[in-house]
Amino acid sequence: MSIAIFLSQILNGLQYGLLLFLIASGLTLIFGVLGVINLAHGSLFMIGAYVAFLVVKASGSLWLALPACVVVGLALGALLERFLFRYFYNREHLDQVLVTFALILIFEELRSLLVGNDFHSVPVPAALDFSVPITAGFSYAAYRLVVIGVCLALAAALFWWIERTKMGAIVRAAAEKPEMVDVLGIDARRVHMTVFAVGAALALAAGGLAAPLTSVYPNMGDGLLIVSFVVVVIGGFGSVSGAFWAALLVGLIDTLGKAYGSAFSGAAAGGLAAALPAMSIYMVMILVLVLRPSGLFGGRS
Amino acid sequence: MTGSRGGPAAVLATEGLTKYFGRLAAVRDVTLALRVNALHAVIGPNGAGKSTFVDLLSGRLRPSQGRVLLEGRDVSGAPAWRMARLGVARSFQRTNIFKPLSVLENVRLAAQAVRLPIARLLSTPPRQTALIEAARRALERVGLADAEQRVAGALSHGAQRQLEIAMTLATEPKVLLLDEPLAGMGPEESERMAALLKSLAREHAVLLIEHDMDFVFKVADQMTVLVEGAALATGSPAEVRANKAVQTAYLGAQA
Amino acid sequence: MIGRNRLLPQTSAGWAALAAGAVALALLPLFAPAYYVGLVTTAMIAAMLALSLHLLVGGAGLVSLGHGAFYGLAAYTVFLMSPEGAPRPIWQTLPAAMLVAGLAALVVGALSLRTKGFFFLMVTLACGQMIFAIFHDTRLGGGADGAYLAKPLLSMFGFTLDPLSLPRAERGWPVYYIALVQLTATYLALALLLRSLFGSVLEGIRVNESRMEAMGFNTGRYKLAAFVIAGVLAGAAGHMWSLYSGFVNPEVVGWRQSAEALLMILLGGIGALVGAVVGAFAFVALGEIAQMITSRQLLVEGLAILAAVVLLRDGFMGLKPPWRARSPRGGGRESALR
Repeated sequence: MSIAIFLSQILNGLQYGLLLFLIASGLTLIFGVLGVINLAHGSLFMIGAYVAFLVVKASGSLWLALPACVVVGLALGALLERFLFRYFYNREHLDQVLVTFALILIFEELRSLLVGNDFHSVPVPAALDFSVPITAGFSYAAYRLVVIGVCLALAAALFWWIERTKMGAIVRAAAEKPEMVDVLGIDARRVHMTVFAVGAALALAAGGLAAPLTSVYPNMGDGLLIVSFVVVVIGGFGSVSGAFWAALLVGLIDTLGKAYGSAFSGAAAGGLAAALPAMSIYMVMILVLVLRPSGLFGGRS
Repeated sequence: MTGSRGGPAAVLATEGLTKYFGRLAAVRDVTLALRVNALHAVIGPNGAGKSTFVDLLSGRLRPSQGRVLLEGRDVSGAPAWRMARLGVARSFQRTNIFKPLSVLENVRLAAQAVRLPIARLLSTPPRQTALIEAARRALERVGLADAEQRVAGALSHGAQRQLEIAMTLATEPKVLLLDEPLAGMGPEESERMAALLKSLAREHAVLLIEHDMDFVFKVADQMTVLVEGAALATGSPAEVRANKAVQTAYLGAQA
Repeated sequence: MIGRNRLLPQTSAGWAALAAGAVALALLPLFAPAYYVGLVTTAMIAAMLALSLHLLVGGAGLVSLGHGAFYGLAAYTVFLMSPEGAPRPIWQTLPAAMLVAGLAALVVGALSLRTKGFFFLMVTLACGQMIFAIFHDTRLGGGADGAYLAKPLLSMFGFTLDPLSLPRAERGWPVYYIALVQLTATYLALALLLRSLFGSVLEGIRVNESRMEAMGFNTGRYKLAAFVIAGVLAGAAGHMWSLYSGFVNPEVVGWRQSAEALLMILLGGIGALVGAVVGAFAFVALGEIAQMITSRQLLVEGLAILAAVVLLRDGFMGLKPPWRARSPRGGGRESALR
């Protein structure tokens, strides 16, 4: 186990965790404030990746892709809230699960209609296509460092918005006590739309950032969706800061587990131990739900 | 302050029963004993801990300190279903029935809870006549025999309160914990309830929580005044009414 | 045999209709081309899974998002017992599949039933995902691609029926009729359970669990029993799937499988047990119709589901008053999730 590999896995884990955070933060806000289980959040990630792909194909520049993702995300989130989710706040969770599941199918088919089912790679911008030497003998892809940086910036922006702005304070209060919004006479509909729009924008941004790393392909959001739920549970429903730490934790466990797990078990990759990283994450989720439903890092019960 | 008068042994008793929620003591060091033929009322202002106390007795909550004794046996911390099986039945302040089911089915389920025919678990309800008869007896006792086929949710409020009691009776308990059975009833229904409670107290050990002072002084044989979780006084209604501390703290405005 | 439970037909006419449906299914292969025999077989398998879930959702009020895992686990058990080229007789594979599914349900249930409502939904999802991870991330079941298995031999008492020995048009019949028998048996078993004292306890739990506890029922034990029974029945369905398809892949243990099962129950209606069967058939039919209209099958399905959830609050069964005598409780879907 060389230090170089270890460092690079740590950075990979951070990067994965930060992307997870972008998705999970939207998910946790949507559940905390609106009480809606949004299974389609993974699809939003996929949409972001495809938007990035299309923008790069059209303009050749990834720098345009990120703002494009954010804008499309805000619009899409607002539309979904206004015309669909608004009618589901008082419905049973069963209905919400099924509606968002239907959305997944619809998004997948629309994507297939518009862009096809092929695997597409998205090139890293030439300016960033190099490795940054971190220590002697270890260098890390510059683009990945940028992703980490951008995610941290977005996280900071999100925290600033929640802690420092009026709308953010309302959202924070609503995540703790949704009834507050009506009591205080604030226009609940604007709050709801804002939360959804922001959540969607974050998910699309994550997709856009991830596109050069993973390429774009059908169902790419599936794996991340469930893991995001894990993050939301562990971090506590409605808690963005909880989601932050939980996402880093999960990202690191998953990455390090996959990298070193097979070494510990001694068996070839593919043996039973290969399932351990995934299983351990779900195990933590289950333990949290059973023993400490309010989450490990705060959040409302 | 057990109000020890000699006489029959206590069916359900508490010793220093205490419950903390975080650092707040909802019930503090309450000791009392329930006996047959001695209807025991617990009164006190809102938030005094009366419902919490009943939750502790019925097993819905676990005590932080102190003991609950059933016929001398320590049953502290037993879960609600076990307490019910041991003979401690409770009714609820806010009507807690099975609204979509028929009146008879509500009570039949209660009867089934304590008569557990595991060997006959796959048999159908109509076949288990013992349960249906027990249910009918309970309905007869509270005066709802005619309503047995009606949907519970469609009953008048007063009738639903009667159903609450029937459901506790169907389990043929030793102890009845009745949490504000009169809630929302008119004067005529209250009269009927008073008669029913007095007759029930002759066969069961009854604990009653109520707000209506006149009613309580009329039916109770023993009283405990609960203020901020602690028992301020225990004794006969006359003793309690004469108690200075109770007068100032609670009855003052109403005496 | 008038069922008392509101999930079962309330009139003899209702039961007669069910019987007629079974007869229609029995006669279908005589009139329909082989393709439809296969299609209806898949519908019946889906119906078995949906029925097993209905015990939980409609019977006890437990909405689980991990039920598909028991179904898939059973199929993988068949694979492990009789991998490609090494078939085993059905009288070995079926009990084994049901046993494994039941044991898994016991473990998952013991853990997940400590939570309620939304948290229960999440825990069952997580448990299902753990099982998914076992088969997706490891070589055990052929990894992410899945694997072919040897379909269990249809042998009983020394006599073996080889479907390939039949004329081409009839090759799908043995599996079809086994599925039909299994479906009927599943429905009758659940009907028996639901109209019994055990079923009345489940109903009480669904309506008001805290009162049931206060009255003296150890509700945890009853819920666990229902969970395990549902798991065993899901296992039987999964076994049927392996018998029909001859193939396993991680999708059968995935959360989408569980979501589809929930969807079938919704389509058919939570208010009646047969709704699970109706919903399953409707779901398969929907897929077929979508395929005929357009190659955009998932789009049509997604839109149809959306419409169903938005409009059909009671599922299809809610649209057919003659099927059910008006119960004194009135219509409307009662909250399955508290």
